[in-house]
Amino acid sequence: MRTWIFDNNPVIVSTGTVGGPFEAKGKIAEDYDLLHEDLWLKEDSYEKAHKVLLEEASLRATEKAGITKEKVEYFLAGDLINQITPTSFSAKTIGAAYLGLFGACSTSMEGLALASFIVNHGGANCILTGSSSHNAAVEKQFRYPTEYGAQKPPTSQWTVTGAGVSLVMNKGEGPVVTSATIGKVIDMGLTDPFNMGGAMAPAAVDTIETHMKERNIDPSYYDLIVTGDLGHIGRECALDLFKKHHTPIKEKQFQDCGLMIYREDQPVLAGASGAGCSAVVVYGHLLNRMKKGEIKRMLVVATGALLSPLTIQQNETIPCIAHAVSIEHQNMKK
Amino acid sequence: MSNNQKKNLTPVQQEYQQFQSEREVKRPILKNCIKAFLVGGFICLIGQCIQTFFMYYFDFTEQTAGNPTVAVLIFITMFLTGFGVYDRFAQFAGAGTAVPVTGFGNAVISAAIEHRTEGFVLGVGGNMFKLAGSVILFGVFSAFVITLIKTILIQWGGL
Repeated sequence: MRTWIFDNNPVIVSTGTVGGPFEAKGKIAEDYDLLHEDLWLKEDSYEKAHKVLLEEASLRATEKAGITKEKVEYFLAGDLINQITPTSFSAKTIGAAYLGLFGACSTSMEGLALASFIVNHGGANCILTGSSSHNAAVEKQFRYPTEYGAQKPPTSQWTVTGAGVSLVMNKGEGPVVTSATIGKVIDMGLTDPFNMGGAMAPAAVDTIETHMKERNIDPSYYDLIVTGDLGHIGRECALDLFKKHHTPIKEKQFQDCGLMIYREDQPVLAGASGAGCSAVVVYGHLLNRMKKGEIKRMLVVATGALLSPLTIQQNETIPCIAHAVSIEHQNMKK
Repeated sequence: MSNNQKKNLTPVQQEYQQFQSEREVKRPILKNCIKAFLVGGFICLIGQCIQTFFMYYFDFTEQTAGNPTVAVLIFITMFLTGFGVYDRFAQFAGAGTAVPVTGFGNAVISAAIEHRTEGFVLGVGGNMFKLAGSVILFGVFSAFVITLIKTILIQWGGL
Protein backbone atom coordinates (compact mmCIF):
# COMPACT_ATOMS: atom_id res chain seq x y z
CA MET A 1 0.00 0.00 0.00
CA ARG A 2 1.28 3.43 -0.94
CA THR A 3 -1.79 5.30 0.26
CA TRP A 4 -2.26 6.79 3.70
CA ILE A 5 -5.79 7.53 4.93
CA PHE A 6 -6.00 10.30 7.51
CA ASP A 7 -8.90 9.59 9.86
CA ASN A 8 -8.11 12.31 12.39
CA ASN A 9 -8.70 15.17 9.96
CA PRO A 10 -5.49 17.17 9.72
CA VAL A 11 -6.61 20.68 8.76
CA ILE A 12 -4.91 23.28 6.58
CA VAL A 13 -5.72 26.21 8.85
CA SER A 14 -3.93 28.80 6.76
CA THR A 15 -1.62 29.28 3.82
CA GLY A 16 0.88 31.87 2.64
CA THR A 17 1.81 32.52 -0.98
CA VAL A 18 4.34 34.95 -2.41
CA GLY A 19 5.03 35.62 -6.09
CA GLY A 20 7.44 37.56 -8.27
CA PRO A 21 6.93 40.22 -10.97
CA PHE A 22 6.14 37.78 -13.79
CA GLU A 23 3.56 36.02 -11.58
CA ALA A 24 1.99 39.41 -10.80
CA LYS A 25 1.08 39.70 -14.49
CA GLY A 26 -0.37 36.19 -14.50
CA LYS A 27 -3.87 34.79 -14.43
CA ILE A 28 -4.19 34.24 -10.68
CA ALA A 29 -2.44 37.37 -9.42
CA GLU A 30 -5.24 38.25 -6.97
CA ASP A 31 -4.75 34.95 -5.11
CA TYR A 32 -1.27 35.74 -3.79
CA ASP A 33 -0.76 37.17 -0.32
CA LEU A 34 2.21 39.18 -1.49
CA LEU A 35 3.64 40.05 -4.90
CA HIS A 36 7.05 41.54 -5.61
CA GLU A 37 7.71 43.90 -8.47
CA ASP A 38 11.44 43.22 -8.43
CA LEU A 39 13.08 39.83 -9.01
CA TRP A 40 15.85 40.75 -6.56
CA LEU A 41 13.43 41.34 -3.64
CA LYS A 42 15.84 44.07 -2.49
CA GLU A 43 18.52 41.42 -1.81
CA ASP A 44 21.98 41.34 -3.38
CA SER A 45 21.74 37.84 -4.84
CA TYR A 46 18.97 35.73 -6.36
CA GLU A 47 19.69 32.97 -3.87
CA LYS A 48 19.01 35.35 -0.98
CA ALA A 49 15.85 36.52 -2.73
CA HIS A 50 14.84 32.85 -2.99
CA LYS A 51 15.26 32.48 0.77
CA VAL A 52 13.19 35.61 1.43
CA LEU A 53 10.33 34.24 -0.68
CA LEU A 54 9.95 31.24 1.62
CA GLU A 55 10.39 33.31 4.79
CA GLU A 56 7.68 35.75 3.75
CA ALA A 57 5.27 32.98 2.77
CA SER A 58 5.84 31.28 6.14
CA LEU A 59 5.30 34.53 7.98
CA ARG A 60 2.01 35.17 6.13
CA ALA A 61 0.79 31.66 6.94
CA THR A 62 1.42 32.05 10.68
CA GLU A 63 0.01 35.60 10.73
CA LYS A 64 -3.18 34.52 9.00
CA ALA A 65 -3.63 31.66 11.48
CA GLY A 66 -3.13 34.12 14.32
CA ILE A 67 -0.24 32.26 15.91
CA THR A 68 3.35 33.20 16.61
CA LYS A 69 6.14 31.36 14.83
CA GLU A 70 7.20 29.83 18.16
CA LYS A 71 4.01 27.76 18.07
CA VAL A 72 5.19 25.99 14.90
CA GLU A 73 6.61 22.63 15.94
CA TYR A 74 8.03 21.33 12.66
CA PHE A 75 9.00 22.87 9.36
CA LEU A 76 9.05 20.54 6.35
CA ALA A 77 10.14 22.17 3.11
CA GLY A 78 12.45 22.06 0.14
CA ASP A 79 13.49 23.71 -3.11
CA LEU A 80 15.56 23.04 -6.24
CA ILE A 81 18.87 24.71 -5.42
CA ASN A 82 21.95 22.58 -4.60
CA GLN A 83 21.74 21.19 -1.06
CA ILE A 84 18.38 23.03 -0.68
CA THR A 85 20.17 25.97 0.95
CA PRO A 86 17.42 28.63 0.53
CA THR A 87 15.04 26.42 2.52
CA SER A 88 17.61 25.58 5.19
CA PHE A 89 18.51 29.25 5.56
CA SER A 90 14.88 30.22 6.00
CA ALA A 91 14.47 27.38 8.52
CA LYS A 92 17.07 29.23 10.57
CA THR A 93 14.78 32.26 10.65
CA ILE A 94 11.63 30.24 11.37
CA GLY A 95 13.33 28.40 14.21
CA ALA A 96 11.14 25.29 14.31
CA ALA A 97 12.42 21.72 14.16
CA TYR A 98 13.29 21.26 10.50
CA LEU A 99 13.32 18.42 8.01
CA GLY A 100 14.62 19.38 4.57
CA LEU A 101 12.91 17.64 1.66
CA PHE A 102 13.90 17.12 -1.92
CA GLY A 103 11.40 15.87 -4.45
CA ALA A 104 12.17 18.42 -7.18
CA CYS A 105 8.84 19.99 -8.20
CA SER A 106 6.89 17.37 -6.21
CA THR A 107 8.25 18.73 -2.91
CA SER A 108 5.06 20.68 -2.13
CA MET A 109 2.90 17.56 -1.87
CA GLU A 110 5.70 15.46 -0.37
CA GLY A 111 5.71 18.00 2.45
CA LEU A 112 1.93 18.16 2.81
CA ALA A 113 1.64 14.34 2.83
CA LEU A 114 4.31 14.01 5.53
CA ALA A 115 2.94 16.90 7.59
CA SER A 116 -0.58 15.43 7.49
CA PHE A 117 0.75 11.99 8.40
CA ILE A 118 2.63 13.32 11.41
CA VAL A 119 -0.32 15.43 12.59
CA ASN A 120 -2.79 12.60 11.96
CA HIS A 121 -0.79 10.20 14.11
CA GLY A 122 -0.24 12.68 16.92
CA GLY A 123 3.42 13.34 16.21
CA ALA A 124 2.80 17.09 16.30
CA ASN A 125 -0.07 19.57 16.46
CA CYS A 126 1.24 22.33 14.24
CA ILE A 127 3.44 21.85 11.17
CA LEU A 128 4.49 24.36 8.56
CA THR A 129 5.16 22.87 5.12
CA GLY A 130 5.86 24.28 1.70
CA SER A 131 8.21 24.73 -1.19
CA SER A 132 9.60 27.54 -3.29
CA SER A 133 11.53 28.34 -6.44
CA HIS A 134 13.09 31.46 -7.91
CA ASN A 135 13.28 31.74 -11.69
CA ALA A 136 16.74 33.30 -11.92
CA ALA A 137 18.34 31.20 -9.18
CA VAL A 138 17.00 27.92 -10.57
CA GLU A 139 17.67 28.71 -14.24
CA LYS A 140 21.24 29.66 -13.32
CA GLN A 141 21.79 26.23 -11.84
CA PHE A 142 19.93 24.01 -14.26
CA ARG A 143 20.31 25.79 -17.59
CA TYR A 144 22.33 28.67 -18.98
CA PRO A 145 22.98 32.08 -17.44
CA THR A 146 19.65 33.94 -17.40
CA GLU A 147 20.74 36.52 -19.96
CA TYR A 148 22.27 33.96 -22.33
CA GLY A 149 20.54 34.01 -25.69
CA ALA A 150 19.71 30.37 -26.29
CA GLN A 151 16.52 29.62 -28.15
CA LYS A 152 14.27 27.44 -26.01
CA PRO A 153 12.28 24.74 -27.79
CA PRO A 154 8.45 24.80 -27.62
CA THR A 155 8.51 21.93 -25.09
CA SER A 156 10.43 23.87 -22.43
CA GLN A 157 8.79 25.39 -19.37
CA TRP A 158 9.14 28.54 -17.29
CA THR A 159 10.34 28.28 -13.68
CA VAL A 160 7.97 30.04 -11.28
CA THR A 161 9.25 32.67 -8.85
CA GLY A 162 7.20 32.03 -5.79
CA ALA A 163 6.72 30.25 -2.50
CA GLY A 164 3.68 28.51 -1.12
CA VAL A 165 3.38 27.41 2.49
CA SER A 166 0.58 25.80 4.47
CA LEU A 167 0.04 25.38 8.18
CA VAL A 168 -1.29 21.93 9.05
CA MET A 169 -2.88 21.52 12.49
CA ASN A 170 -4.77 18.82 14.33
CA LYS A 171 -7.83 21.02 14.76
CA GLY A 172 -9.21 24.24 13.40
CA GLU A 173 -11.18 25.68 10.51
CA GLY A 174 -10.22 24.97 6.94
CA PRO A 175 -9.85 22.36 4.21
CA VAL A 176 -9.11 18.85 5.45
CA VAL A 177 -6.37 16.57 4.15
CA THR A 178 -8.00 13.16 3.78
CA SER A 179 -5.40 10.91 2.15
CA ALA A 180 -2.07 10.80 0.39
CA THR A 181 -0.42 8.47 -2.10
CA ILE A 182 3.36 8.41 -2.20
CA GLY A 183 4.85 8.06 -5.66
CA LYS A 184 7.36 5.59 -7.04
CA VAL A 185 10.26 6.69 -9.20
CA ILE A 186 9.37 6.04 -12.81
CA ASP A 187 11.91 6.37 -15.58
CA MET A 188 10.76 6.02 -19.15
CA GLY A 189 14.23 6.62 -20.52
CA LEU A 190 13.65 10.16 -21.74
CA THR A 191 16.73 12.37 -21.78
CA ASP A 192 15.60 15.80 -22.98
CA PRO A 193 15.80 18.28 -20.07
CA PHE A 194 13.77 20.73 -22.16
CA ASN A 195 10.80 18.38 -22.18
CA MET A 196 10.11 17.46 -18.59
CA GLY A 197 6.33 17.36 -18.96
CA GLY A 198 6.58 14.43 -21.34
CA ALA A 199 8.98 12.65 -18.97
CA MET A 200 6.84 13.20 -15.86
CA ALA A 201 3.44 12.21 -17.29
CA PRO A 202 3.82 8.44 -16.66
CA ALA A 203 4.72 9.08 -13.00
CA ALA A 204 1.59 11.21 -12.53
CA VAL A 205 -0.58 8.60 -14.24
CA ASP A 206 0.87 5.81 -12.09
CA THR A 207 0.28 7.70 -8.84
CA ILE A 208 -3.28 8.71 -9.76
CA GLU A 209 -4.25 5.20 -10.82
CA THR A 210 -2.70 3.70 -7.70
CA HIS A 211 -4.56 6.24 -5.57
CA MET A 212 -7.92 5.34 -7.16
CA LYS A 213 -7.28 1.60 -6.79
CA GLU A 214 -6.04 1.69 -3.22
CA ARG A 215 -8.81 3.99 -2.01
CA ASN A 216 -11.25 2.02 -4.12
CA ILE A 217 -12.86 5.14 -5.60
CA ASP A 218 -13.75 6.36 -9.05
CA PRO A 219 -12.07 9.50 -10.51
CA SER A 220 -15.52 11.15 -10.47
CA TYR A 221 -15.19 11.28 -6.65
CA TYR A 222 -13.04 14.37 -7.20
CA ASP A 223 -14.22 17.65 -8.67
CA LEU A 224 -10.68 18.35 -9.72
CA ILE A 225 -7.56 16.28 -10.25
CA VAL A 226 -4.73 18.71 -10.63
CA THR A 227 -1.14 17.92 -11.59
CA GLY A 228 1.86 20.02 -10.59
CA ASP A 229 3.72 21.08 -13.70
CA LEU A 230 3.10 18.76 -16.63
CA GLY A 231 2.49 21.65 -19.03
CA HIS A 232 0.74 21.24 -22.37
CA ILE A 233 2.71 18.24 -23.58
CA GLY A 234 2.71 16.34 -20.30
CA ARG A 235 -1.01 16.87 -19.82
CA GLU A 236 -1.77 15.61 -23.33
CA CYS A 237 0.39 12.54 -22.72
CA ALA A 238 -1.25 11.84 -19.35
CA LEU A 239 -4.78 12.19 -20.78
CA ASP A 240 -3.96 9.78 -23.60
CA LEU A 241 -2.38 7.33 -21.15
CA PHE A 242 -5.59 7.38 -19.07
CA LYS A 243 -7.56 6.67 -22.21
CA LYS A 244 -5.25 3.80 -23.04
CA HIS A 245 -5.59 2.33 -19.52
CA HIS A 246 -9.39 2.89 -19.57
CA THR A 247 -9.25 5.14 -16.50
CA PRO A 248 -12.40 7.28 -16.69
CA ILE A 249 -10.93 10.74 -16.12
CA LYS A 250 -12.67 13.59 -17.90
CA GLU A 251 -10.59 16.17 -19.71
CA LYS A 252 -12.28 19.06 -17.89
CA GLN A 253 -11.70 17.55 -14.48
CA PHE A 254 -7.98 16.99 -15.15
CA GLN A 255 -6.08 20.28 -14.90
CA ASP A 256 -2.48 21.35 -14.48
CA CYS A 257 -1.05 24.01 -12.13
CA GLY A 258 1.59 24.86 -14.73
CA LEU A 259 -1.18 25.95 -17.10
CA MET A 260 -3.19 27.94 -14.55
CA ILE A 261 -0.62 30.40 -13.31
CA TYR A 262 0.17 32.51 -16.38
CA ARG A 263 -1.88 34.16 -19.10
CA GLU A 264 -2.01 32.75 -22.60
CA ASP A 265 0.02 35.66 -23.97
CA GLN A 266 2.92 35.27 -21.52
CA PRO A 267 5.90 33.65 -23.26
CA VAL A 268 6.14 30.48 -21.17
CA LEU A 269 6.08 27.96 -24.07
CA ALA A 270 4.76 24.63 -22.70
CA GLY A 271 3.75 26.03 -19.29
CA ALA A 272 5.14 26.77 -15.84
CA SER A 273 7.29 24.54 -13.67
CA GLY A 274 9.39 24.68 -10.52
CA ALA A 275 8.96 23.66 -6.92
CA GLY A 276 6.97 26.83 -6.26
CA CYS A 277 4.52 26.20 -9.12
CA SER A 278 2.19 23.66 -7.52
CA ALA A 279 2.70 25.29 -4.09
CA VAL A 280 1.46 28.78 -5.08
CA VAL A 281 -1.39 27.49 -7.25
CA VAL A 282 -2.72 24.99 -4.69
CA TYR A 283 -2.16 27.03 -1.53
CA GLY A 284 -3.33 30.23 -3.17
CA HIS A 285 -5.77 29.91 -6.05
CA LEU A 286 -7.20 26.42 -5.54
CA LEU A 287 -7.72 26.57 -1.77
CA ASN A 288 -9.39 29.97 -2.22
CA ARG A 289 -11.76 28.36 -4.70
CA MET A 290 -12.40 25.55 -2.24
CA LYS A 291 -13.21 28.07 0.50
CA LYS A 292 -15.69 29.74 -1.88
CA GLY A 293 -17.27 26.32 -2.37
CA GLU A 294 -16.42 26.01 -6.07
CA ILE A 295 -14.38 22.87 -5.40
CA LYS A 296 -15.50 20.29 -2.85
CA ARG A 297 -12.90 17.59 -3.30
CA MET A 298 -9.62 17.72 -5.12
CA LEU A 299 -6.62 15.51 -5.67
CA VAL A 300 -3.33 17.36 -6.03
CA VAL A 301 -0.61 15.41 -7.83
CA ALA A 302 2.70 17.28 -7.69
CA THR A 303 5.14 15.96 -10.26
CA GLY A 304 8.92 16.12 -10.07
CA ALA A 305 11.77 15.38 -12.47
CA LEU A 306 14.66 14.09 -10.36
CA LEU A 307 17.48 15.20 -12.60
CA SER A 308 20.55 17.34 -12.09
CA PRO A 309 22.66 19.25 -14.62
CA LEU A 310 25.39 16.65 -14.00
CA THR A 311 23.25 13.62 -14.82
CA ILE A 312 22.06 15.29 -18.02
CA GLN A 313 25.63 15.99 -19.14
CA GLN A 314 26.53 12.37 -18.40
CA ASN A 315 23.64 11.27 -20.66
CA GLU A 316 21.57 9.75 -17.89
CA THR A 317 17.82 9.44 -18.26
CA ILE A 318 15.32 11.50 -16.27
CA PRO A 319 13.73 9.66 -13.32
CA CYS A 320 10.38 11.14 -12.32
CA ILE A 321 8.06 11.02 -9.35
CA ALA A 322 4.58 12.21 -8.38
CA HIS A 323 2.95 12.46 -4.96
CA ALA A 324 -0.82 12.79 -4.58
CA VAL A 325 -2.68 14.41 -1.69
CA SER A 326 -6.46 14.67 -1.48
CA ILE A 327 -7.89 17.83 0.04
CA GLU A 328 -11.59 18.15 0.85
CA HIS A 329 -13.85 20.96 1.97
CA GLN A 330 -14.43 20.65 5.70
CA ASN A 331 -18.18 20.18 5.31
CA MET A 332 -17.62 17.17 3.09
CA LYS A 333 -15.94 15.23 5.83
CA LYS A 334 -17.16 15.02 9.41
CA MET B 1 18.97 9.42 -29.50
CA SER B 2 21.58 6.96 -30.72
CA ASN B 3 20.64 3.37 -31.46
CA ASN B 4 23.11 2.17 -28.88
CA GLN B 5 21.14 3.83 -26.10
CA LYS B 6 17.82 2.64 -27.50
CA LYS B 7 18.93 -0.98 -27.11
CA ASN B 8 19.24 -0.58 -23.35
CA LEU B 9 15.63 0.47 -22.99
CA THR B 10 12.89 -1.91 -21.98
CA PRO B 11 10.00 -2.44 -24.42
CA VAL B 12 7.74 -0.39 -22.11
CA GLN B 13 10.19 2.53 -22.23
CA GLN B 14 10.51 2.29 -26.01
CA GLU B 15 6.76 2.21 -26.41
CA TYR B 16 6.32 5.28 -24.22
CA GLN B 17 9.05 7.19 -26.05
CA GLN B 18 7.30 6.54 -29.32
CA PHE B 19 3.99 7.56 -27.72
CA GLN B 20 5.51 10.72 -26.22
CA SER B 21 7.31 11.85 -29.35
CA GLU B 22 4.01 11.77 -31.25
CA ARG B 23 2.63 14.31 -28.79
CA GLU B 24 5.71 16.46 -28.50
CA VAL B 25 5.60 19.88 -30.14
CA LYS B 26 8.50 19.93 -32.59
CA ARG B 27 10.76 22.89 -33.17
CA PRO B 28 9.51 24.81 -36.25
CA ILE B 29 12.78 24.27 -38.12
CA LEU B 30 11.93 25.98 -41.42
CA LYS B 31 10.46 29.02 -39.66
CA ASN B 32 13.47 29.17 -37.34
CA CYS B 33 15.86 28.99 -40.31
CA ILE B 34 14.13 31.88 -42.08
CA LYS B 35 14.12 34.02 -38.92
CA ALA B 36 17.78 33.16 -38.26
CA PHE B 37 18.69 34.05 -41.85
CA LEU B 38 16.96 37.43 -41.68
CA VAL B 39 18.18 38.47 -38.22
CA GLY B 40 21.69 37.11 -38.77
CA GLY B 41 21.84 38.95 -42.09
CA PHE B 42 20.63 42.14 -40.43
CA ILE B 43 23.39 41.93 -37.80
CA CYS B 44 25.93 41.46 -40.60
CA LEU B 45 24.46 44.50 -42.37
CA ILE B 46 25.00 46.57 -39.21
CA GLY B 47 28.55 45.20 -39.05
CA GLN B 48 29.11 46.18 -42.68
CA CYS B 49 27.85 49.73 -41.98
CA ILE B 50 30.20 50.05 -39.01
CA GLN B 51 33.12 48.77 -41.07
CA THR B 52 32.39 51.20 -43.90
CA PHE B 53 32.09 54.00 -41.31
CA PHE B 54 35.56 53.21 -39.98
CA MET B 55 37.04 53.06 -43.47
CA TYR B 56 35.34 56.24 -44.60
CA TYR B 57 35.92 58.48 -41.57
CA PHE B 58 39.11 56.97 -40.11
CA ASP B 59 42.39 55.75 -41.44
CA PHE B 60 41.44 52.07 -41.75
CA THR B 61 41.71 49.68 -44.67
CA GLU B 62 39.31 46.83 -45.38
CA GLN B 63 41.66 44.46 -43.50
CA THR B 64 42.35 46.65 -40.47
CA ALA B 65 38.73 47.82 -40.02
CA GLY B 66 37.72 44.29 -38.90
CA ASN B 67 38.94 44.56 -35.30
CA PRO B 68 37.27 47.85 -34.33
CA THR B 69 34.06 46.65 -36.04
CA VAL B 70 33.98 43.49 -33.93
CA ALA B 71 34.73 45.55 -30.81
CA VAL B 72 31.79 47.87 -31.50
CA LEU B 73 29.42 44.96 -32.14
CA ILE B 74 30.47 43.27 -28.89
CA PHE B 75 30.07 46.57 -27.05
CA ILE B 76 26.49 46.89 -28.34
CA THR B 77 25.86 43.25 -27.33
CA MET B 78 27.14 44.03 -23.85
CA PHE B 79 24.56 46.77 -23.44
CA LEU B 80 21.73 44.67 -24.83
CA THR B 81 22.69 41.74 -22.59
CA GLY B 82 23.03 43.97 -19.54
CA PHE B 83 19.64 45.55 -20.13
CA GLY B 84 18.15 42.07 -20.41
CA VAL B 85 16.87 42.26 -23.98
CA TYR B 86 19.41 40.16 -25.89
CA ASP B 87 17.92 36.87 -24.69
CA ARG B 88 14.50 38.02 -25.89
CA PHE B 89 15.83 38.74 -29.38
CA ALA B 90 17.55 35.36 -29.24
CA GLN B 91 14.34 33.48 -28.43
CA PHE B 92 12.97 34.93 -31.68
CA ALA B 93 16.09 34.74 -33.83
CA GLY B 94 17.81 31.55 -32.61
CA ALA B 95 20.96 30.91 -34.64
CA GLY B 96 20.60 34.40 -36.13
CA THR B 97 21.84 35.98 -32.90
CA ALA B 98 23.98 33.03 -31.75
CA VAL B 99 26.25 32.54 -34.76
CA PRO B 100 27.57 36.12 -35.37
CA VAL B 101 30.22 37.51 -33.02
CA THR B 102 27.40 39.07 -30.96
CA GLY B 103 26.40 35.56 -29.83
CA PHE B 104 29.91 34.94 -28.60
CA GLY B 105 29.91 38.27 -26.77
CA ASN B 106 26.57 37.45 -25.19
CA ALA B 107 27.86 34.05 -23.98
CA VAL B 108 30.79 35.69 -22.18
CA ILE B 109 28.90 38.69 -20.82
CA SER B 110 25.84 36.80 -19.59
CA ALA B 111 28.04 34.36 -17.64
CA ALA B 112 30.01 37.26 -16.15
CA ILE B 113 26.81 39.00 -14.99
CA GLU B 114 25.35 35.76 -13.65
CA HIS B 115 28.28 34.91 -11.41
CA ARG B 116 28.97 38.44 -10.16
CA THR B 117 27.41 37.59 -6.77
CA GLU B 118 30.09 34.93 -6.20
CA GLY B 119 32.88 37.51 -6.29
CA PHE B 120 35.29 38.79 -8.92
CA VAL B 121 37.94 36.07 -8.86
CA LEU B 122 36.06 32.80 -8.36
CA GLY B 123 32.75 34.14 -9.64
CA VAL B 124 33.29 36.37 -12.66
CA GLY B 125 36.83 35.21 -13.46
CA GLY B 126 36.17 31.53 -13.02
CA ASN B 127 32.86 31.39 -14.86
CA MET B 128 33.13 34.04 -17.56
CA PHE B 129 34.24 31.51 -20.19
CA LYS B 130 31.98 28.75 -18.93
CA LEU B 131 30.04 28.75 -22.19
CA ALA B 132 32.54 30.48 -24.49
CA GLY B 133 35.53 28.43 -23.32
CA SER B 134 34.72 25.47 -25.51
CA VAL B 135 34.18 27.80 -28.49
CA ILE B 136 37.69 29.18 -27.99
CA LEU B 137 39.25 25.77 -27.41
CA PHE B 138 37.71 24.01 -30.39
CA GLY B 139 37.89 27.14 -32.56
CA VAL B 140 41.63 27.54 -32.03
CA PHE B 141 42.23 23.81 -32.37
CA SER B 142 40.30 23.48 -35.62
CA ALA B 143 42.08 26.58 -37.01
CA PHE B 144 45.36 24.85 -36.16
CA VAL B 145 44.36 21.65 -37.94
CA ILE B 146 43.13 23.49 -41.02
CA THR B 147 46.35 25.51 -41.18
CA LEU B 148 48.35 22.30 -40.89
CA ILE B 149 46.44 20.77 -43.79
CA LYS B 150 46.87 23.92 -45.86
CA THR B 151 50.59 24.08 -45.16
CA ILE B 152 51.08 20.43 -46.07
CA LEU B 153 49.15 20.87 -49.29
CA ILE B 154 51.13 23.97 -50.28
CA GLN B 155 54.52 22.50 -49.34
CA TRP B 156 54.10 19.03 -50.83
CA GLY B 157 51.03 19.26 -52.95
CA GLY B 158 52.45 21.97 -55.11
CA LEU B 159 49.34 24.14 -54.93
